[in-house]
Amino acid sequence: MDVILLQLLNGLDKGGAYALIALGLTLIFGTLGVVNFAHGALFMLGAFCAVSFNALLGLDVVTVDETQTTAWGTPLEVRTPYVEAYLGDFGAWILNYSVPVSILIAIPVMLLVGFIMERGLIKHFYKRAHADQILVTFGLAIVLQEIIKSIYGANPIPQAAPVAVRGAADIGALFGFDPGVIVYPYWRMVYLAFAGVMIAGVFAFLQFTTFGMVVRAGMADRDTVGLLGINIERRFTIVFAIAAVVAGLAGVMYTPILPPDYHMGMDFLVLSFVVVVVGGMGSLSGAVLAGFLLGILQSFASMNEVKAIFPGIDQIIIYLVAVIVLLVRPRGLMGRKGVMEN
Amino acid sequence: MSLIRKPLNRRSILRAGAVGGAALATPTIFTSKVWSAGYLNEPTGAEVILGFNVPQTGAYADEGADELRAYQLAVKHLNGEGDGGMLNTFSSKALQGNGVNGKKVAYVTGDTQTKSDAARASAKRMIEKDGAVMITGGSSSGVAIAVQSLCQEAGVIFMAGLTHSNDTTGKDKRKNGFRHFFNTEMSGAALAPVLKNAFGTDRTAYHLTADYTWGWSQEGSIKKYTEGMGWNTAAAVRTPLGAGDFSQYITPVLNSGADVLVLNHYGKDMVNSLTQAVQFGLRDKQVNGKDFAIVVPLYSRLMAQGAGENVKGIFGSTNWHWSLQDEGSKAFVKSFGQEYGFPPSQAAHTTYCQALLYADAAQRAGTFEPCALAAALEGFEFDGMGNGPTLYRAEDHQCFKDVLVVKGKENPSSQFDVLEVVEVTPRSQVEYPAEMLGGELGACNNGA
Repeated sequence: MDVILLQLLNGLDKGGAYALIALGLTLIFGTLGVVNFAHGALFMLGAFCAVSFNALLGLDVVTVDETQTTAWGTPLEVRTPYVEAYLGDFGAWILNYSVPVSILIAIPVMLLVGFIMERGLIKHFYKRAHADQILVTFGLAIVLQEIIKSIYGANPIPQAAPVAVRGAADIGALFGFDPGVIVYPYWRMVYLAFAGVMIAGVFAFLQFTTFGMVVRAGMADRDTVGLLGINIERRFTIVFAIAAVVAGLAGVMYTPILPPDYHMGMDFLVLSFVVVVVGGMGSLSGAVLAGFLLGILQSFASMNEVKAIFPGIDQIIIYLVAVIVLLVRPRGLMGRKGVMEN
Repeated sequence: MSLIRKPLNRRSILRAGAVGGAALATPTIFTSKVWSAGYLNEPTGAEVILGFNVPQTGAYADEGADELRAYQLAVKHLNGEGDGGMLNTFSSKALQGNGVNGKKVAYVTGDTQTKSDAARASAKRMIEKDGAVMITGGSSSGVAIAVQSLCQEAGVIFMAGLTHSNDTTGKDKRKNGFRHFFNTEMSGAALAPVLKNAFGTDRTAYHLTADYTWGWSQEGSIKKYTEGMGWNTAAAVRTPLGAGDFSQYITPVLNSGADVLVLNHYGKDMVNSLTQAVQFGLRDKQVNGKDFAIVVPLYSRLMAQGAGENVKGIFGSTNWHWSLQDEGSKAFVKSFGQEYGFPPSQAAHTTYCQALLYADAAQRAGTFEPCALAAALEGFEFDGMGNGPTLYRAEDHQCFKDVLVVKGKENPSSQFDVLEVVEVTPRSQVEYPAEMLGGELGACNNGA
């Protein structure tokens, strides 16, 4: 029982990341009709907003301590970050909370990136075949990751969670299990809660605002909304930018779990597309459901008991589920009729 | 002058054919290796070209960058520039800092991308296009074995870089290949007594293992030595290379009954798996009344830096560490530190040594001919290169020297000061019979 609970928890945070990326993908596909293969790159760009902010905070003033020497005989350099030197305790606090604080940087950056991507490139491909859209967005993803690689190199750059949430909570003890049997890192709980808030926020925005209502109407029948005199294209630009922010923030908060590198977007993109297909093309709730479902299944498939019966199942479970779902429900779990069927 | 045309007959056609054939073959005969010393890429000008094949991208790019720095420093020292580094402490005095065999040392580089096919392609390019007479480098056993095999087929010497699998000088050893770095068998032999002292003999280990040749080799060696001292093995789980998130492999450890987690991971995988294991509270856990322990059998300072404070108190083994106080290590650290502003890694150390050992063998042999050079390296005893008295064993081309057992430092004084040496395991304790790991060296190939 405790093993199952652990893998369930484990799958939830992974599923949270899948769901957040798939949510943005579905939002873009449902509104703009564009298959965006650059969406994983937006997740990666968000993560590098956190890296950049941390690097900025890490700029330091160097003082030479002539009384000490290094092992190679030069005077010892003592480095103190400017932010700590000038802001004292507040500077140290910002350094400690650099990952969550970098959300404030990532929101405008990702809005801008989304706006430029949509106006500069994507809009020219609205009426083109899906194959053209896939090619151009995939090319864009490669360009973006190569830019990041040229600036930050190829290696992962670890980001620390704030000290207060670095350990793990003994969740099992709360529910009567033996101490230490079910422990779960605090930051993963923070991520799970964050994913929940983001998903709820996007749904609430679409459900309870006039803007959201127009977007939903546009998703259902774009031409009719246009005939009513509403500039649906401008709203769709904003939707694209919002999707970019959702993916970017998912990336920012994932950095303490997985040290980001230039390729992380591509690693998540393939899985997220499977999530979208399993959930049903164009279905927001389907994307969220499939995200969590596949994250949890992936965790269960990694259990030794399961792998003893099906060796290597952890590597293929997601694709196996996708095949089964598409055979049984060709539109996915919650797919809408008519989407990508013409 | 006769106006009568001689008719073509069998004899005249044969004569003309022989003369024509000889004329056509003349340029090839005089330029072919038949008339030269008879080996591939024999340097004919004022320079000898070495091929440095290191990962400049991919999972082991950090190690690759440090390897390249060390090679460039070695070339400087061989050509008489800089302070000479370990040339001053090396027991062999054949090299004088005026090049090798009267030729200035030059180099070309390749990017292995930490992929066997890319590594073979770049090595092939350096041999065929750039005329490299020796290939060295690599930061993965899969890559090293693939390139070693290519060099054997091509007929050049391969001086392996950072490769730790037993197979490199075991079942996949080659007459043209040489390894200075230690291997998983030596790691197991060196670590076991230290682990026994630290954690006792009543322990149960859980292995997470990178699913490729090096991971399997290390898992096998560590299991052999820990089970030999009484430990049990709860499970040995293979993880895909570059898995990123290891949480689904770590959570089963919590309830497995194991009280030791052995991470047979290296590079980015080790940084991620160790960080996540610590995040899941394994380092602070108690099982069966004992403190849970994590062991990283192969450590490097670069990885330890990437994992940050998660390495504190965690045991592992390493080929060399910059804090060593012998004359060779001090000379190398001084030279490298002054050149680049930070201390060298073990990857830098082993590749620097390999470059110097190759050059020294060529100087002693008086030629770059691979087979003569291999003979000069086989059974070569040396000292002054940071690991104490060392033997390049003739039977398997493996270096035998002291092995370091290290531990993540509790109170590091700088970003480089993350590991402390807790034991220098003497060479005699890590030696094993050459036939134990199998394989055949085969015959030397000089490419002629």
